[in-house]
Amino acid sequence: MENLLTIAILLPLASAFLAFLLPAKKPGAIRALALFATGVSLLLTLYIFSQFDRQNAGYQFVKSIEWLPSFGIHLKFGVDGISMVLLLLVGIVSFCGALVSHEIHDREKEYYILFLALTSGISGTFCAMDMFFFYFFYELAVIPMYLLIGMYGSLPAGKHGRTKEYATMKLTLYLTAGAVLALVGLLTMYYAGGRTFDMVQLRENLRGSGLNQKWVFAALLFGFGFLASLFPFHTWSPIGYAAAPTAASMMHAGVLKKLGTYGIIRLALPLLPEGARQWVDLLAILACFNILYAGLAALTQKDWKFVIGYSSVSHMGYIMLGIATLNVVGVTGAVLLMFAHGVMAALTFSLIGFFYHQTHNRNVPDLSGLARKIPFIGVCMVMAVMASSGLPGFANFASEVMVFIGAWSQGSTLFRIATICAVWGIVVTATYLLWAVRTSFFGPFDEKWNMLNDATTLKQKFPYALLLVVLLVVGFWPRTLIDIIKPSVAKQVLSQTVEPKTAMVETR
Amino acid sequence: MNPVWIILFAPLCAAAVITLLTRKSQTFSALISCAAILTGFVITMQLFLQKGEWVSPAPLQWLVVGDLVKIEFGATIDRLSILMLLVVTGVGSAIHIYSLGYMKGDPGFSRFFACLSLFTFSMLGIVLSNNFIQIFIFWELVGVSSYLLIGFWFEKHSAAEAGKKAFLTNRIGDFGMMLGVLLLWTNTGTFSFAELPAKIAAIPAGTLSVIGVLIFCGAVGKSAQFPLHVWLPDAMEGPTPVSALIHAATMVAAGVYMLCRVSFVILPSETALTLIAWIGGITALMAATIAIAQNDIKRILAYSTLSQLGYMVMAVGLAGITPAMFHLTTHAFFKALLFLGAGSVIHAMHHEQDIWKMGGLWKKTPITFITFLIGTLALAGVYPLSGFYSKDQILLLALEHNKVLFAMGAFTAFLTAYYMGRECFVVFFGKPRDNHAYDHAHESPLVMTLPLVFLAVLSIAGGWGEYVPNFLTGGEELEAHHEAWKGFALLLVPAAGFLLSAKIYLKANPSDAPVKAALGRAWTWVENKYYFDELYAWIIKYVQGTIATLCELFDRWVLQKFGIGGLAGTTSVAGKTLRLLQTGNIQSYAFMFGLGVTVIIYYVVVK
Repeated sequence: MENLLTIAILLPLASAFLAFLLPAKKPGAIRALALFATGVSLLLTLYIFSQFDRQNAGYQFVKSIEWLPSFGIHLKFGVDGISMVLLLLVGIVSFCGALVSHEIHDREKEYYILFLALTSGISGTFCAMDMFFFYFFYELAVIPMYLLIGMYGSLPAGKHGRTKEYATMKLTLYLTAGAVLALVGLLTMYYAGGRTFDMVQLRENLRGSGLNQKWVFAALLFGFGFLASLFPFHTWSPIGYAAAPTAASMMHAGVLKKLGTYGIIRLALPLLPEGARQWVDLLAILACFNILYAGLAALTQKDWKFVIGYSSVSHMGYIMLGIATLNVVGVTGAVLLMFAHGVMAALTFSLIGFFYHQTHNRNVPDLSGLARKIPFIGVCMVMAVMASSGLPGFANFASEVMVFIGAWSQGSTLFRIATICAVWGIVVTATYLLWAVRTSFFGPFDEKWNMLNDATTLKQKFPYALLLVVLLVVGFWPRTLIDIIKPSVAKQVLSQTVEPKTAMVETR
Repeated sequence: MNPVWIILFAPLCAAAVITLLTRKSQTFSALISCAAILTGFVITMQLFLQKGEWVSPAPLQWLVVGDLVKIEFGATIDRLSILMLLVVTGVGSAIHIYSLGYMKGDPGFSRFFACLSLFTFSMLGIVLSNNFIQIFIFWELVGVSSYLLIGFWFEKHSAAEAGKKAFLTNRIGDFGMMLGVLLLWTNTGTFSFAELPAKIAAIPAGTLSVIGVLIFCGAVGKSAQFPLHVWLPDAMEGPTPVSALIHAATMVAAGVYMLCRVSFVILPSETALTLIAWIGGITALMAATIAIAQNDIKRILAYSTLSQLGYMVMAVGLAGITPAMFHLTTHAFFKALLFLGAGSVIHAMHHEQDIWKMGGLWKKTPITFITFLIGTLALAGVYPLSGFYSKDQILLLALEHNKVLFAMGAFTAFLTAYYMGRECFVVFFGKPRDNHAYDHAHESPLVMTLPLVFLAVLSIAGGWGEYVPNFLTGGEELEAHHEAWKGFALLLVPAAGFLLSAKIYLKANPSDAPVKAALGRAWTWVENKYYFDELYAWIIKYVQGTIATLCELFDRWVLQKFGIGGLAGTTSVAGKTLRLLQTGNIQSYAFMFGLGVTVIIYYVVVK
């Protein structure tokens, strides 16, 4: 079992190396390899998920390899409920991403190598139990993303006269700045915690170490906040997605962005509980800005990818708000929302990619009545949009409700107001998304889109159907995931954060 | 398995099967959809006839987080839910069967039935819910399935727009409802309808009023009460059976049903009750005045629905849960009848909806005419049709508690008879105004007229013996009965309305001119629905639009400039790096990978 986890994480990376050896003239073989690697990874992940002990809140399937013992570095993988759910997310999104990558016809070899490295990088980060490797995989994920956007992206000209190079550069600068800030925080903890990178050990060592948690927490919060597009560090995000190729937007909005919030949940909250309490009020305020400010900015966007880009910034606000509650309901809701939003964002971007590949135009007002010509994509898009606006039956609803309940029960006036903002945010979300769908998919059909082809074969439909089914299954029965997230949130994240008395009630 | 689950899930299965499997076969799709709701109807009848101890099935634990949050998925079986189940499945069945004829030949026939079944599932879910989160879930599902049905002909601009408007307006109401539910939960620690009543007493009066008002917001959206009433008339863009289903029997009634279901939250608060009663009264009167100046056969009925819903909400506000449910039931019968009748007229006239292009149709479509007339009389509250009994209960309740509301209600009843008389006379009497359409007009097929007759019978007999209120209260004696003469005295009101409309419109070539002249400026106002649409459009455009634009500008010119400006020095470096990127040379990418990793290791290890 332990080895299976390691294989699931590293198989895409190994395949990337293997792809190096394959001739670039045989893109079919490389594509097959990528599909195989992500597919097998997904199957292994599903198997691990089925074997996961739901009663056990700790790390499972732990595999540790000594790396540099003198510095306290181990290659150590393991999953608790939080990582398990997110690993599943990576498996699903990367497989679907590989499936829809057939639109790439240029430099396929490099494309798939980067894509596979990216996949391993993200899974590795989610499962690393060692802070060094956490950071290592984090960087392993960010660099290929940079190249994927820079080499394969496209940004319609005229959008404020900006190019994809601008977008790529901006994204990279922001993410690097965030990474450096986070690294400062991590290294401070490393030195204060007795020079170990082991997260479990470090948590023990840091307790009562006298470290001034306030500023270390700030470094981690804002460092990871850059990646999670926390207001006001979010501006790289919409334009970055807009410029990225389909699969890269899926991976980025779907999973890479979640690394930011994951970092906060995995490292900042449990290791620095004192610091957390000092910053959550500010975090809640910023989360509201994310939700409402980005939502309102989305209202004015015309490009589908910008609409969804701002929408994704807005949704990250709910996750931040969930984290800021520091209670089991809110944080569990935040983790579930990371999963739900990841699948939903991947679905939306893949659908946009589907028609953009044919229309070469994703300006909402230019499109009209597409549903007649591409009904399957239209139906999926309506469902994706409904999921995104928090419709019950989709996973997003259950998680958003948990965030609301968590934030409301936090009790302070600030959080009450934040909850009101968050609930209002759903109205705003529905406004711009329904506008976009209504304008481009409904209304009279425009003959100029007569050349569009719908997804007709099972093979074409599969990635979209898979993502939808996942959203529906978790939406209908959220306990599929909640039951494994909740114990880990209570034990791994919050057991020192919440007041002992409430902790007892909540973790029972 | 408890048969209740079959009632609830059969339509969902039907929707899923149609979408996934039988989309290509129209006959199969329609049969599956009809079979699902008829099964529900039969099982409900069985439950209804059991008369006694009903057993609610054991709930599922849908979402559990420790002891703190427990959300169940259950079903409540009691007199209230059984009555509502009967209304939804009974009227719903008639509408399903009617749709077989009305939607025949539409390219989206299968899709229509899939959406219809999805809608039925959502509506039944509201009826059966046993806690606030569950009712909210189905509440939203009703919202989305009505969005799909209203925008069914999505290639029409107006239909696509109307669906969106309905969904968003409902969302605004749901915003309040969600907050109300959260506030209630923090004060009691439970969402369950069974546990809540015992815990209500502990809530401070002020908080309870806020909760009541917030939860009422949900009903304002769904039952289209002032000021969120604007979506309902536009929703007439949907196919007519949809109008009958969601604007008569089910969706709009859901708001009233929900208020009755959670009456334990509302009744203790005087403030909330007063607000509810007034909102109801205002909606009833306002909508009735608008209805007198509309020209679309379905829009008149839509405003009439608003007005009748106002009555029901007013009844809830006057603490009259039973009268509210009574009127909900009879209204479902005659309003569904009227909508389906209007559909039959539209069908006969080849999709003409303007009443001024009709006329003299009673000879051509006799069954439609007679049933429509029955619906009209029932709606106006003429003895001994069903509307008489239920409307009287509400008006007499108002007379007892609040004279102003009673006056508003009585005047509304007068207007109701007047505008329905106008519609009837203009559509069915007088000379045909469009001879071509008149010559081609024909009575609808049996599959459409049969449901009309079924509903007409219910519209006549639905109120007899006050069976519905007696069932609801479990046969207990109702509070001191009003003197019967008051009820009959109220009959003068619709009589006056009919007489006035007959005087103006019962002629060969009727027109609005005399009324226009008499009302002057007021006519313009009611004709334009008091300019609510314009007002909201203005708010959305200028208030929301301005804020949104400010956000966007701030994002583009302040945050992006500031962020990038701080990193301006790197721009030239960026240029060079990018040139490297574009070599397309795999070695250089590999080199960069290695470099990145080395830098990190160096940074961590050597430092």
